[in-house]
Amino acid sequence: MEQYTISDKVKRFVFILIGIGVLAMAADIIISLVSGGGAEHAEHAEGGHGHHAGWGQRVWANMLINGFFYFGIAIAAVFFMAVQYAAHAGWSVVFKRLFEAVGSYLPIGAIMLFVVFLAGTFDLHHLYHWMDSSVYEMYLYTDGMTGEEFREGAVMNPSYDTIIVGKKAYLNKPFFWIRAIVFVGVYIFFANRFRKRSLEEDISGGTNIFRKNVVDAAIFLVFFGFTSMVFSWDWIMSIDTHWFSTLFGWYVFSGMWAGAMIVVTLLTIHLKNMGLLKAVNDSHIHDLGKWMFATSFLWSYLFFCQFLLIWYSNIPEEVTYYQVRFEDYKYIIWPTFFINFIFPMLLLMSRDTKRNSAFLTLVGLIIFAGHWVDTYLLVTPGTMKAEGQLGFFEVGMALVYLGIFIYMILRSLSKAPVMVKNHPYLEESVHHSI
Amino acid sequence: MHKEADIRTPLILGEKTYHQITEEVCAPVEGKANKYWYAVFGLALVLGMWGLGCITYTIGTGIGTWGLNTTVGWAWDITNFVWWVGIGHAGTLISAVLLLFRQRWRMAINRAAEAMTIFAVMMAALFPGIHMGRIWMAYWVLPLPNTWGSLWVNFNSPLLWDVFAISTYFSVSLVFWYIGLIPDFATIRDRAVKPVVKQVYSILAFGWTGDVKAWVRFEEVSLVLAGLATPLVFSVHSIVSMDFATSVIPGWHTTIFPPYFVAGAVFSGFAMVNTLLIITRKVLNLETYITIKHVELMNVVIIITGSMVGVAYLSELFISWYSGVEYEGYAFFNRVTGEYWWSYWAMMTCNVITPQLFWFEKIRTNLITAFLLSIVVNIGMWFERFVIIVTSLHRDYIPGNWSMFHPTFVDIGIFLGTIGLFFVLFLLFSRFFPVIALNELKTILKVSGEGYKKQYKAKAAVSSDDTANVA
Repeated sequence: MEQYTISDKVKRFVFILIGIGVLAMAADIIISLVSGGGAEHAEHAEGGHGHHAGWGQRVWANMLINGFFYFGIAIAAVFFMAVQYAAHAGWSVVFKRLFEAVGSYLPIGAIMLFVVFLAGTFDLHHLYHWMDSSVYEMYLYTDGMTGEEFREGAVMNPSYDTIIVGKKAYLNKPFFWIRAIVFVGVYIFFANRFRKRSLEEDISGGTNIFRKNVVDAAIFLVFFGFTSMVFSWDWIMSIDTHWFSTLFGWYVFSGMWAGAMIVVTLLTIHLKNMGLLKAVNDSHIHDLGKWMFATSFLWSYLFFCQFLLIWYSNIPEEVTYYQVRFEDYKYIIWPTFFINFIFPMLLLMSRDTKRNSAFLTLVGLIIFAGHWVDTYLLVTPGTMKAEGQLGFFEVGMALVYLGIFIYMILRSLSKAPVMVKNHPYLEESVHHSI
Repeated sequence: MHKEADIRTPLILGEKTYHQITEEVCAPVEGKANKYWYAVFGLALVLGMWGLGCITYTIGTGIGTWGLNTTVGWAWDITNFVWWVGIGHAGTLISAVLLLFRQRWRMAINRAAEAMTIFAVMMAALFPGIHMGRIWMAYWVLPLPNTWGSLWVNFNSPLLWDVFAISTYFSVSLVFWYIGLIPDFATIRDRAVKPVVKQVYSILAFGWTGDVKAWVRFEEVSLVLAGLATPLVFSVHSIVSMDFATSVIPGWHTTIFPPYFVAGAVFSGFAMVNTLLIITRKVLNLETYITIKHVELMNVVIIITGSMVGVAYLSELFISWYSGVEYEGYAFFNRVTGEYWWSYWAMMTCNVITPQLFWFEKIRTNLITAFLLSIVVNIGMWFERFVIIVTSLHRDYIPGNWSMFHPTFVDIGIFLGTIGLFFVLFLLFSRFFPVIALNELKTILKVSGEGYKKQYKAKAAVSSDDTANVA
């Protein structure tokens, strides 16, 4: 039985990762205090709707970026595992535990996200324009005024926003919370159930548990198919409250999926390097590499479709979204597209590179960072306007979250044998050869 | 050799030998057609001729013979075009994507599906041609610098991208299909008795020898073509969707169009494959190769892609409200409740609601329900394109221009004609070409054949008894 234990070396690595992250964040804060530049400047800058994009906003925005990025990877891993069940896929059975482990981050990830939502609900930040209660009031100073008095004395509220008022039936705090809690609750329920059954299967065997998982996977996929779109509207698209794009949900999802494939590939390589997962052969690594390649393409395809159609039509309701990104973030958005598209396309096209662990690790780490920056670009322009920065603070917080993310996954891995037993397709997977 | 789990359903039923596969797949090519084939072929031919007549009339008189008017300038022509291109997608998906995914069940259906793709794309390509009005100017869509001035094609236009996309798609699909056919033509050549037949198939087979080297190259080429064709599955219908989505017409301009058109295309394509193969397997006695499992798996693809289309419909509907844009909101309100409400609801029912019946195993493994629902899907997908095109156009920005579209007999005739021609081609294919990739199918016999699977199981049982005894 192959058992994973978190070695001291790995523990040290995680610790150092978090340490560097904290130091980087501290450094950024100290620099800005000493120089009095960045933050001070941001504090006085004119935000889009009268909000100031200051330090507070920056911290919360980063918590949303990282909260969403790692949560997204975890749920996409559960999604992929469900696809494997529903499709009766054989090849991936040998490293099924890795998907379960990545999925085990879900509860922590959800808490980290919910902290941001909670703060928004109590007006501690202005990430979500629609959470601002002032946009719903048409008049200022109307207390007790009636009739003639009202007509003469009422003052129009400058922050009143008809478009946001029009969305109130959907974008309001209670309904937002109901959706968030129900979606995340159901995801965690299914992730736990897959995991529990998988452990049971190790002991009891038979095909019964597998069949139950197939049914569950189908139900989960239907639920996830609808709700993944909705949560990306709620948590990300509603930052730019006026803006809308029907493709947005699938686009965001493709990034999450690519992230999950990268994480599972890197984990597999890590375990192989530790001498575990002996049944995983070159063909498995090759296929994981293909998934990295394919999901990168999917992401690029959806990125480009959304961009092309909005750029081409050039209507004011939509095009503002890209205007901000191409004016204030042009040194970030184009390299991101390059790293997430051209880079894996050129480097992972060949069969040899997809079978080379060192190469896959390198490419994987780079496009992992690329997808993090993509998430950064989903959040920052809407919350920080032109003041968004990509400095020590951003990188530092990403590393802190990464450390926690890695630790939670490895902890889950160490709790059960890394190889499943008794799965009906296990033999197929062990003999996988392409 | 690949190991296959016991719980996988065998893909070739009965205890077949290699020779039996050859015999059974070649039988329709070598035998004579029965009277039903002639009856259906005759009917399809008459329909096709009627369509050709209508096309001739259109070209001779002008597209004023169609029901178009100044408000609705695109209607059945583009609807039919998109419908046929979409149907074509299943063949490419089965031959390319399922090859990359190493799905063994594709072996029994890829040949027919690819043939269907070729014929469907041919039918599709007809419509932009005749809709130009002056078909003799059709070469103007090619990026040729002309001799009368510096007039070029408009590279900014998605309609031009469409020309490139469809022609690339057709060429790659044709090459893919033909390369797959070469070993099978060689088999027919080697078995042919009549000299003329032998001569014809020998030309078609390109001198295939069937040695190891030839097979190695064959597999390499298949994989490369699959790699090339996979992006085409996405690009072709994405570009078709951009014909609409790059515009600023409410109901056309929405960013989800490219992937949602691709999903819809695969959806309708698989429905058409089911329509054709449920009949073909029966008529040509191929029930042991194209099994209920194959039909079931295609129904599963239908339910997945149908649900994706459903998600897209609902998100479009939701966002039209969420956007707060008056025109968007109206476009969708008009779709659901306006004068064309019946086409919207036909689309919703056929594409989203009825395919959900396939969640029931009884329904998706029943040939009659699978056949009926496959036709329902095709009707639904035709309506989808009609809804998108006509309902968005018929309400112009200026209410004075509001109008309706009424098809003339020419519109109807051309559409029915393409269905006729499509069936003419498919029926000819089923008599002269091997409907199943018989040589490729043989590669999975020892892995997924029922007889072999039984043997392995028996062996495994014996050996486990042995170990038990030793213990």
